[in-house]
Amino acid sequence: MITAGIIIAEAAAIYDGKKAVQSQSYGPESRGGASKAEVIISDEDIDYPKATAIDAMLALTQEACTKYYKDIKSGGLLLIDSDEVKKVPTGDFKICSFPIISTARDVLGKEIVANIISLGLITEITRIVSHEAIEKAVLSRVPAAFLELNKKALHIGFEKGAALSPIS
Amino acid sequence: MANNKKRFMQGNEACTEGALYAGCRFYAGYPITPSTEVMEICAARLPKMGGVFIQMEDEIASICAIAGAALGGLKSMTATSGPGFSLMQEGLGFACMAEVPCVVVNVMRSGPSTGFPTGPSQSDVMQAKWGTHGDHPAIVLTPASVEEIFHETVRAFNLSELYRTPVIILYDEIIGHMREAITIPGPGEVEIVERRVPSCAPSEYKPYDVQGGEIAPLASYGEGYRFHVTGLYHAADGFPTNNTKLIEEACHRLLRKIDDNKERIWKNEEYYLEDAEIGIFAYGVSARSAKFAVRELRKKGIKAGLLRPLTIWPFPDRAVEEMAGRVKAIVVPEMNMGQIVYEVERVAHGKCEVKGIFRVDTEPIRPAQIMDCITGNGSKPPAPNSKMAEMMVERDMLDG
Amino acid sequence: MSTPAEDVKPLAKKKKKVPFNYSPYVRGGKLPHIWCPGCGHGIVLKCLLRALHTTEISKDDIAMVSGIGCSSRTPGYVDFNTLHTLHGRALAYATGLKMAKPKLKVIVTTGDGDALAIGGNHFIHACRRNLDMTILVYNNSIYGMTSGQSSPTTPQGKISTTGRYGNIEPTFDTCSLAQAAGATFVARGTAYHFQELEKVIFEAMMHKGTSVVDVIDACPTYYGRFNKYKTPTEMMEKIEKEGTVSVKQADKLLPEELQGKLLRGVLYKSDRPEYCEEYNKLVIAVQAK
Repeated sequence: MITAGIIIAEAAAIYDGKKAVQSQSYGPESRGGASKAEVIISDEDIDYPKATAIDAMLALTQEACTKYYKDIKSGGLLLIDSDEVKKVPTGDFKICSFPIISTARDVLGKEIVANIISLGLITEITRIVSHEAIEKAVLSRVPAAFLELNKKALHIGFEKGAALSPIS
Repeated sequence: MANNKKRFMQGNEACTEGALYAGCRFYAGYPITPSTEVMEICAARLPKMGGVFIQMEDEIASICAIAGAALGGLKSMTATSGPGFSLMQEGLGFACMAEVPCVVVNVMRSGPSTGFPTGPSQSDVMQAKWGTHGDHPAIVLTPASVEEIFHETVRAFNLSELYRTPVIILYDEIIGHMREAITIPGPGEVEIVERRVPSCAPSEYKPYDVQGGEIAPLASYGEGYRFHVTGLYHAADGFPTNNTKLIEEACHRLLRKIDDNKERIWKNEEYYLEDAEIGIFAYGVSARSAKFAVRELRKKGIKAGLLRPLTIWPFPDRAVEEMAGRVKAIVVPEMNMGQIVYEVERVAHGKCEVKGIFRVDTEPIRPAQIMDCITGNGSKPPAPNSKMAEMMVERDMLDG
Repeated sequence: MSTPAEDVKPLAKKKKKVPFNYSPYVRGGKLPHIWCPGCGHGIVLKCLLRALHTTEISKDDIAMVSGIGCSSRTPGYVDFNTLHTLHGRALAYATGLKMAKPKLKVIVTTGDGDALAIGGNHFIHACRRNLDMTILVYNNSIYGMTSGQSSPTTPQGKISTTGRYGNIEPTFDTCSLAQAAGATFVARGTAYHFQELEKVIFEAMMHKGTSVVDVIDACPTYYGRFNKYKTPTEMMEKIEKEGTVSVKQADKLLPEELQGKLLRGVLYKSDRPEYCEEYNKLVIAVQAK
């Protein structure tokens, strides 16, 4: 998931010419436990590097959703995996839901591309980075043998994102 | 690696890039969160450049190995975090005493002890100055962004060669793990200082003969200059001495070589400081929050300004003194229980009020905390959870 | 790959007895040394210089690195590239130096406390890496510099200032430790058997890889005084002469006759890849990609 954060920030900073900062939080050790990637994208210099009022949040697990949804700002977006997050929080924000992990597994045969599908969804829904930028950023970070797979995953995200309407 | 191309990079990676750009060709280290990426990238990059990478058995061995390599003629570096930095203190002292140029990176995490390994802090800023025993000089740099880590790492190598001393780069976990865009300069675009080597005949070489100056040229082992290096107090020829006059002079010179050159070692950023009525003194990630706060405060009509040291040691006395003479109060936000605030207080010397904002819950100090402290919103900054932090913040640090 | 332990082979026969000239190797004005009368360290130094002379390695290409302690003062007296470092850390400095300048012949002079107690971790890892360097452990079973405390080689029952009622701790066997940790040349000598010592040091220096020589040596000032040895000579005879047996002689002795005696000579030799060469191979392979 942190990789997805890096990719979207890189899309903004390198390919869209914006300012971007990506940071992350881990549990007490750097392996295992919940982790969080934070991305700030702006037209201006970014000083404070952490996300305090979140415009868009992606949660692939119930634990992450429950732990972090409170920071979503009024009118913001919460994107959840419909299979994983059953207790859907309520608040002054839009919620979109899609079976991200199972699509990665069942349609593309690789659970690991769930984060790339997520990037497609977020890009399509928020337009925070351009489609071209996110594609370039994704493809620059994956090994040659997996280019097609990741491209497919990203485009599934684009398509499904376009068809998705908020559940609340 | 293509230079002059914008890349999106982690702070720890930028540190390695800076080191290699500066000519570092030896890395010895031991894995420790949150500095390990520096080591991993060195392990990948150095062999390709014909440099040496070695994973040592602990941090003590690491700092000793880089000093050994430096005496063999290579620019060398190690990177670590709190527990490892504690282990390195004796080796740092040796490098100060023997005047061995090398660079030590400390990516600060929460402590004491194992603390919270992935949690950031700024609590080693005093240790970086005073960690090793005995009177000794210290050059400590505090970058605050990915791009700055690159440039400060280059500067660290330059200063270590110029002054024949270990240089410490101190940044917190947030800056170390954060990613930002950075453009690596092309070769020759940034000045690189090479070691001053002796020009005299080997038989005349004395490794500590400063000849009226403060820094002697340094030969490498194996080049015909068969000299002696020791951690004992030594005379100009490098051999131990128990002559009290020589010992005193050696200690004075060690400190003087940094003190007399501090104008050249200092580096500050001033942000809206010219007409500021409230000064903020902040380094590392806290300075980023402070910058944000300054802009927000200015919008509200409050004349706040920031003094941000990139060289925290030697302490920027003059800049702080000047600021203290102009502002009503100086606010010092830091992710510890109060360290640099006391230096600011010492230098301000009663000219203005000095207030600290401390935070140790591994979250960065938020801009709102700084703004609240300045606007007097309850005069209590909201974030520090602990009673102790609140007490310390509330305590007026000066009577006047 | 190990070969059976073998006895020391004599060096090329000298034609006539010419007194050895130490002066090219000794730094002018740095003597007298700090070692006490009766201390064996001076004998070890002589053997070391003679062995070095035989190797014909240029003084410019020799680096001598030490830690802290009586033995660690050796580099200050000799005209090489010399580095006197921190207690226990000589091997870490030596590792950095050797990797930075592989052409240097690196010799580490250390003591039982320096190498096996405070520097024990560096000792085993240096042996494991098998860098081409020679480690001479001046083993006098006590901390001399700090006036006679127990060390990892103080025999059980012996007296020291920190073992006033007799040391109860078991000892390290330097050679077994070195071999188990991966050193590829392991030998023992004594200051008493100085001719043998010169030969094993020479062999150690000619060996490619980490070579360890455990040099049994006497500290009459502390160990001797505390443990009722009347003279330095008596100490050398009891500890170094009677307390050791050469590997050649050992073959002829019964196990009970070997009880409590340390073996002298080359105890172990193998040819494992040397670290600097392995690193160099890695660099070439990586750069070729």
